[in-house]
Amino acid sequence: MAAFSIKVNGKTHQVDVDSDTPVLWVLRDHLKLVGTKFGCGIASCGACTIHADGNAIRSCSLPVSAVKDMELTTIEGLSKDGDHPVQEAWLEHDVPQCGYCQAGQIMNAAAFLEKNSNPSDEEISQAMNGNICRCGTYIRINQAIKTAASKMS
Amino acid sequence: MTLIRTQINRRSFMKLSAAAGGGMMLGFSWLASCSSPKEQYAQIPEEWFDINAYIKIGENGTVTIYSPNPEIGQNVKTSMPVIVAEELDIDWKNVIVEQADLNTIKYNRQLAGGSQSIRHGWQSLRMAGATGRRMMMEAAAKQWEVPVSELTTSLGEVIHAASDRKIGYGALASLAATLEIPAEVETKDNADFKLIGGNIKNVDAKKIVTGKPLFGLDYEQEGMLTAMIVHPPAFGMKIKSYDDSEAKAMPGIKDVIVINTEPKEKQWSDTNAFTELIAVVGESTWQVMKAKKALKVEWEQDTPAENTEDHLRLLSEALDKPGEEIRKDGDPDKASIKAAKVVESVFSAPFLAHNTMEPMNFFANVTADKAELVGPVQTPEYLRLSAMDLLGMTEDQVSIQMTRMGGGFGRRLYGNFGLEAAAISQKMQAPIKLVYTREDDMTQGTYRPAYRVAYKASLDDNGNLLSWQAKGAGIPSDPLFPHRFPAGTVDNFKIERVGIPTNISTGAWRAPRSNFIAGAEQSFMDEVAEAAGKDPIEFRLNLFDRAIKDPVGETNDYDPERYAGVLKLVREKSNWGTEMPGVFRGVSAYYCHNSYVAQVVDLEKVGNALKIKKVWCAVDCGIVVNVEGALNQIQGGIIDGIGHAMYSTLTFKDGKPQQENFNGYKLIRNSEAPLEIETFFVENGIDPTGLGEPSLPPISAALANALYKATGQRYYHQPFSSAEQVQVEMVG
Ligand code: FES
Ligand code: FES
Repeated sequence: MAAFSIKVNGKTHQVDVDSDTPVLWVLRDHLKLVGTKFGCGIASCGACTIHADGNAIRSCSLPVSAVKDMELTTIEGLSKDGDHPVQEAWLEHDVPQCGYCQAGQIMNAAAFLEKNSNPSDEEISQAMNGNICRCGTYIRINQAIKTAASKMS
Repeated sequence: MTLIRTQINRRSFMKLSAAAGGGMMLGFSWLASCSSPKEQYAQIPEEWFDINAYIKIGENGTVTIYSPNPEIGQNVKTSMPVIVAEELDIDWKNVIVEQADLNTIKYNRQLAGGSQSIRHGWQSLRMAGATGRRMMMEAAAKQWEVPVSELTTSLGEVIHAASDRKIGYGALASLAATLEIPAEVETKDNADFKLIGGNIKNVDAKKIVTGKPLFGLDYEQEGMLTAMIVHPPAFGMKIKSYDDSEAKAMPGIKDVIVINTEPKEKQWSDTNAFTELIAVVGESTWQVMKAKKALKVEWEQDTPAENTEDHLRLLSEALDKPGEEIRKDGDPDKASIKAAKVVESVFSAPFLAHNTMEPMNFFANVTADKAELVGPVQTPEYLRLSAMDLLGMTEDQVSIQMTRMGGGFGRRLYGNFGLEAAAISQKMQAPIKLVYTREDDMTQGTYRPAYRVAYKASLDDNGNLLSWQAKGAGIPSDPLFPHRFPAGTVDNFKIERVGIPTNISTGAWRAPRSNFIAGAEQSFMDEVAEAAGKDPIEFRLNLFDRAIKDPVGETNDYDPERYAGVLKLVREKSNWGTEMPGVFRGVSAYYCHNSYVAQVVDLEKVGNALKIKKVWCAVDCGIVVNVEGALNQIQGGIIDGIGHAMYSTLTFKDGKPQQENFNGYKLIRNSEAPLEIETFFVENGIDPTGLGEPSLPPISAALANALYKATGQRYYHQPFSSAEQVQVEMVG
């Protein structure tokens, strides 16, 4: 066990955990930020997607020791009032079914739109390919991303 | 208005608790988590008054509606309360929805399965709302000293037009809560529906998109430990011995224990193959995951190990022998001897895992005199029965609280994980949350059985269907339904079945049996129509004509007019029959879970590859309670059906599942989904039926039939992307 200081959603937290503990479990177990989901643990589903310095990453495969001074953002910190254009578009299109994958989808979409504010359909589906939705909400996800893009650009 | 007696489900209306209080805290937490200043939410009242098991009303007019059934993503937590709100005649913006706990006295059938929540709930939900409305009117009648017959309601107010007076439900709630339950109440005519048939958005959507704790895996209690199980690596194995010294010495690890979760009296939901398990219990998830890997376990063979190779051979041998005949009309064997044409084909599909995105988990706090169980389960009532048996407790000692579920698809009908959590908590004498890794989840599932079916049909010179027969085998049981279409449409008809025992645990997987047999039957139908030289929709409609005018047999379990109705609707909407260059189309239709669905798939050539451009879908599920939710379910079922038919498989070697996580088990991805799905509903005012399953079964045939048009090859064996098939490149 070792002490780590990590910055999440603008706040610095001290945690005492094994150095190989994935950020996912630090968030969920230690910081009680359970919006970030566990789906596979091997970087294959995208449920655990968060932002590290603005880039979408898989928190299940990032050990806490590698975080150093990265600024991490989770679904809880994406916007103050849940009104990020991507979140609002998700509500407008009533995207979720079970909802479990959606935090990861939203985080991935938000990071993607920061880099490409006017994506084609192709670019959207390629960018979202790493995020599994077992309920099959892909069409709505893509529509919501279009809506969010039009508001963000 | 329709006058109905309230005695059906009258027990729901007994006041089981004192009038006020109760759920106030829940109401607050709901509100606190949705405190977006931009949005208007129902205001929390000072006091609540219980009207019945489904409704409580605050003095300020805010209404809490309890959603009785488990929410697995099928959206009943929104659509069931919509039905109550409709009959109560209130403004949806004043509604707070809460998940009801398991309570078999207050509610009927708190189960998510078979797409039956809406169909079974329809009458009791309407009655709950209508009873509430009637009590509001009676309270106003008392207060104003006017006859109830002079009163009407609108958006949460009782109106006395004669004296131009209005009063809100909130102001009447305390009086209403003291009234007798009316013996008769009126429900609305369909034409007066204001909420039903509209678009009401998912009541949990805001919490979902902001990452609030909602799911079983998010549940927490003070002092709770984390537990994980270690199960045999292969079906047919059991624990021989284990060495936990290293694991136990690891940081944060509290104990390593063996549990046995076999109840003395099994419920149908107790299907798990592994009842003796090792559990590792510790302070945090990662510590327990690591300790799990440090355990050294020796396993021993208990029952013979099974292999996919053997399964395939057994299935194919099974079809070479006569099966158990479960329906026979006329003499199909004789008819095919005289026929002008005979068509024969064999279809198959592998085992499938459910792979809900949220892995299995459950919270349990078992003390000497009570057990508190919280988590995602589709069958809370059965879990309680098994838990009572396992823990030696009575019904009132075991409580079950349902969380939102990160998918169900049938997996959470089988609550072994709930029993495991209970057994671990009892042994540890501590509150614990059991968490499965993805590998645990995928390798000790309750899988969709593996199937194989052989069809044979014969035609006369004019392309009329003379006979139809199907022999189906499955591990452990066959996929056939003897009285479904085309039963009743052809004089010579036979269904036979064969079951092959296995030690692999299997169970219901979204649209059980239909998920395979619909695709096989509707692909074969396409081949037969082609052999008959007829348009595939025309061919099917002719058969339905026969079933309407002169059905064969009396036990056919579908309505041929409604069936033909969806086919005609999809034909019209998709402009079936018009040639579109570069577009290849396939059609399919199926009836299951009381709803009718017809689909057309449009495949488009993109370079050398194919892309699913559009799926046209016609649905008859009677009244559509919530259009937005219905469309979402239909889209989800179609994408799920395409994904599993195209890509997914679970195979076994020496009893061990060969796919353990999403790197080996392929699920459909975003770029592989159809670009568009357009759905059309038949409007007929018939009582509503479910939508969680019916859009899935037919889609694999619509896809296979379109693939045939594009490639000239039939797709008989799932997954279509497997090596046995003609390889087709899909855009993705
Ligand atoms: S949990 Fe991290 S990618 Fe699946
Ligand atoms: S909404 Fe259920 S997994 Fe995506």
